[in-house]
Amino acid sequence: MEILYIMIPLGLVLVAFGLWAFFWATGSGQFDDLDSPGWTVLEDDKAPPPDDPSRKGDSR
Amino acid sequence: MSAAGSSCFHCGEPIPRGLDIHARIAGRDEPVCCHGCKAVAEFITGAGLGDYYRYRDTASTRADEPQRSDRWAAYDRPELVERLTRPEPNGARSITVLLEGLRCAACSWLADKALSLQSGVLDVSVNPATARARLVWEPEKVRLGDLLRVLEHVGLRPHPLAGEPSEQLALLERRSALKRLAVAGFGSMQVMMFAVPLYFGAATGMDPAMREYMRLVSMLVSIPVALYSGWPFYQGAWLALRARSISMDVPVSLGIVLAFVASVWNALTGHGEVYFDSVTMFVFFLGLGRYIEMIARHRAGSVADALARLAPMTARRVRDGVTEDVRAVEIAVGDELVVRSGEVFAADGVVVEGEGRVDESMLTGESNAIAKPPGAPVQQGTHNLAAPLRVRVTAVAGDTVLSGIVALLERAQAERPRLARAADRAAAWFLGRILVGAAIVFAVWWFVDPSRAFSATLAVLVVTCPCALSLATPTALAAATAALARRGVLVAHTDSIETLSKATHVLWDKTGTLTRGLVRVEDVRTIRDIRVADALALAASLEQLSEHPIARAFAASGAASLRASEVEVHPGRGLEGVVDGQRLRIGTSSFVAALGGAATTVDSGSRDAADSSVSHVYLGDAQGLIAEFRLSDPLRSEARDCITGLAALGLPSEIVSGDESTAVARIAERCGIATHSARLAPRDKLERLKTLQVAGEVVVAVGDGINDAPLLRGADVAVAMGRGSALAQTSADLILVRDSLEDLPRAVELARRTQRVIRQNLAWAIAYNVAALPLAALGFVPPWLAAIGMSLSSVVVVLNAMRLSRGSRQQRRPAWPANTQAEAA
Repeated sequence: MEILYIMIPLGLVLVAFGLWAFFWATGSGQFDDLDSPGWTVLEDDKAPPPDDPSRKGDSR
Repeated sequence: MSAAGSSCFHCGEPIPRGLDIHARIAGRDEPVCCHGCKAVAEFITGAGLGDYYRYRDTASTRADEPQRSDRWAAYDRPELVERLTRPEPNGARSITVLLEGLRCAACSWLADKALSLQSGVLDVSVNPATARARLVWEPEKVRLGDLLRVLEHVGLRPHPLAGEPSEQLALLERRSALKRLAVAGFGSMQVMMFAVPLYFGAATGMDPAMREYMRLVSMLVSIPVALYSGWPFYQGAWLALRARSISMDVPVSLGIVLAFVASVWNALTGHGEVYFDSVTMFVFFLGLGRYIEMIARHRAGSVADALARLAPMTARRVRDGVTEDVRAVEIAVGDELVVRSGEVFAADGVVVEGEGRVDESMLTGESNAIAKPPGAPVQQGTHNLAAPLRVRVTAVAGDTVLSGIVALLERAQAERPRLARAADRAAAWFLGRILVGAAIVFAVWWFVDPSRAFSATLAVLVVTCPCALSLATPTALAAATAALARRGVLVAHTDSIETLSKATHVLWDKTGTLTRGLVRVEDVRTIRDIRVADALALAASLEQLSEHPIARAFAASGAASLRASEVEVHPGRGLEGVVDGQRLRIGTSSFVAALGGAATTVDSGSRDAADSSVSHVYLGDAQGLIAEFRLSDPLRSEARDCITGLAALGLPSEIVSGDESTAVARIAERCGIATHSARLAPRDKLERLKTLQVAGEVVVAVGDGINDAPLLRGADVAVAMGRGSALAQTSADLILVRDSLEDLPRAVELARRTQRVIRQNLAWAIAYNVAALPLAALGFVPPWLAAIGMSLSSVVVVLNAMRLSRGSRQQRRPAWPANTQAEAA
């Protein structure tokens, strides 16, 4: 069981590393918006741009 | 009405009978409820963004009827835009825009794509959690006004925000809460891992050195949890104590600190129990509840946001004969402003030139437009419907009527009784239980063995707050909050769940809650042989130059395809004009019949003389009447069921409205509400609420307008509609995001179930402790059994709480009619 004297500190180092990674991710805005980035993969890149320029800025 | 086939493709609202408008989408004709929705749906698909309808998970906001006036003109002027926006590298500018109607991730995708397709847009980031978008664009290539128009075309109402430091603060607050939660989560998992061998080691015999080691490691891991993750609780407790009051944070902090200090003491001295697992789990679950609550609060937004949506940021000032666009903050008393039709007043003032009609519903709840001849006062935030007006400013900034309502709101919040009451009760119960127990133990031990009195008292203080007991309330509240969110009810203050379960009375504002808040053509009865669509087209053409709410109802449902000329307004009676070579009148029956000379009698069996004048409008020519239109602010289809459901739960309803009494009485009768009062100012509503509260009632208030905000602030539980005004939402405890009243009785039910679960949990945890502790203390329970019992008691509590979320998933309906249509498309 003496191995625990090494394994637990090692585990704690890993936890500390995980926490550091989480803090870094939070700080860089990874968790600010969890919903919309998922939609970007569904976009069709081949979707034609609006070829009707008269629409733009049309204020009726 | 059946859900399929008769609800709008875009917004999912029922389509009025007799109406036949279709939007051409992907080669198919889809039914829509109005021309606003038709324009938006066709714009979205026309721009190649039709995928939006496949991916969205809630129906969109009903589109505004097509605007005749351009409210974004001011944002086309470069010198003004420069002062409202922030500079970015390479000459670009940026601005934060609040998007009303942003309801799901697909909406934010839509906003993002629609803007990115514009040339000159460098960056768009849309945050659906806060309904804000940050735009970066090149002013030489595209005008800000054009970008705002694009957003409006896809059905999202943009509100540009100046400055906006609060948004940054909210973001930092969310990030910091998430970090504290992560530390508590990681920490509690680690400590649990060390607690299991400690419990079982105690049963099977463990090397004392290893036991010491495990306890010290647990302590090491718990320190950041107790200090860093628990910090907001201590801060809250300190603030409350300094203000000489008790908030929920006080007993929570006391519990954490006592259990933690006792555990540290025991871990260092090497005897007694350690409760690091309880402490860390307690911090984690409480933090989790707080985090969910904070997200809901941020979404509801702040009072500052609400004001930004109401009062425009720019105004058109006339000084020395020169008209210029200025920022609203630059307006001074005595300035003259030109307010065109369709614009919102930037300050309070008096009309000096022009004769207009103003929609004051956001301030007074009055749904009819008010005539404003020269000399009449106008208020900041109200909407100029008809002719352009020249206004002399009489009050700005903090002196306007709108600011007065905001001030009233803040005062009502300060006087709010319920927060203090609920927390006091909880604190008294919590503290009383702990302190009495500890005092008894201390007294007993003082006589038996004074040297052990301190450690024994600490042990009791900690042991009366073990896992199961500490988890009983937070887990149930977290499960209930999540379950309500899935049902479309956002909980902004968790303690309102408890209050909601005890509610005895419901106060309704009429407009926007029981009704939809928009005048619409509800029914068309053709008197002569004519198609419904043709009758609507004639009426819409005749009304196309008018800005009266009735005209807007026609604009929404009929295409103004024909040219009208010689249009003449007869105030209070109707309009006369020539459409398609035909002389037509639209308005009251006598006015229209008079055109034919003969006093044509109207046979309308169901017509109710007491109905307010907006309800029936006739179209006719020289030969007599052509068609009858029934206009109304339609009652929500689920309103009656909601009232009945609440009554079945023992909650009688009452209407307090600012609207005129006949309209209120009619709505009350149709929903089966006995008590109602009309023409109430915000102050009167608050007064009525106070009377009920003094009589001991626990009052739920439902509102959606600015004029309801003080009422909501004062109520025990405030409920706002998802599409209601932002100011109402900031005052709310619960927000019905799906904008459907049927969620309300279900929320009450769930709140009661939550209270039952909390009581069961507490009873179980106390019973376990009461039964197990003395037995264990007297040596009847072997340690391994205590360990299993300890874990089991916590598991039982958590599972019991989880029943709240599981039950709701079974009851979940196929939800939104538009969803099924969107999938079919």
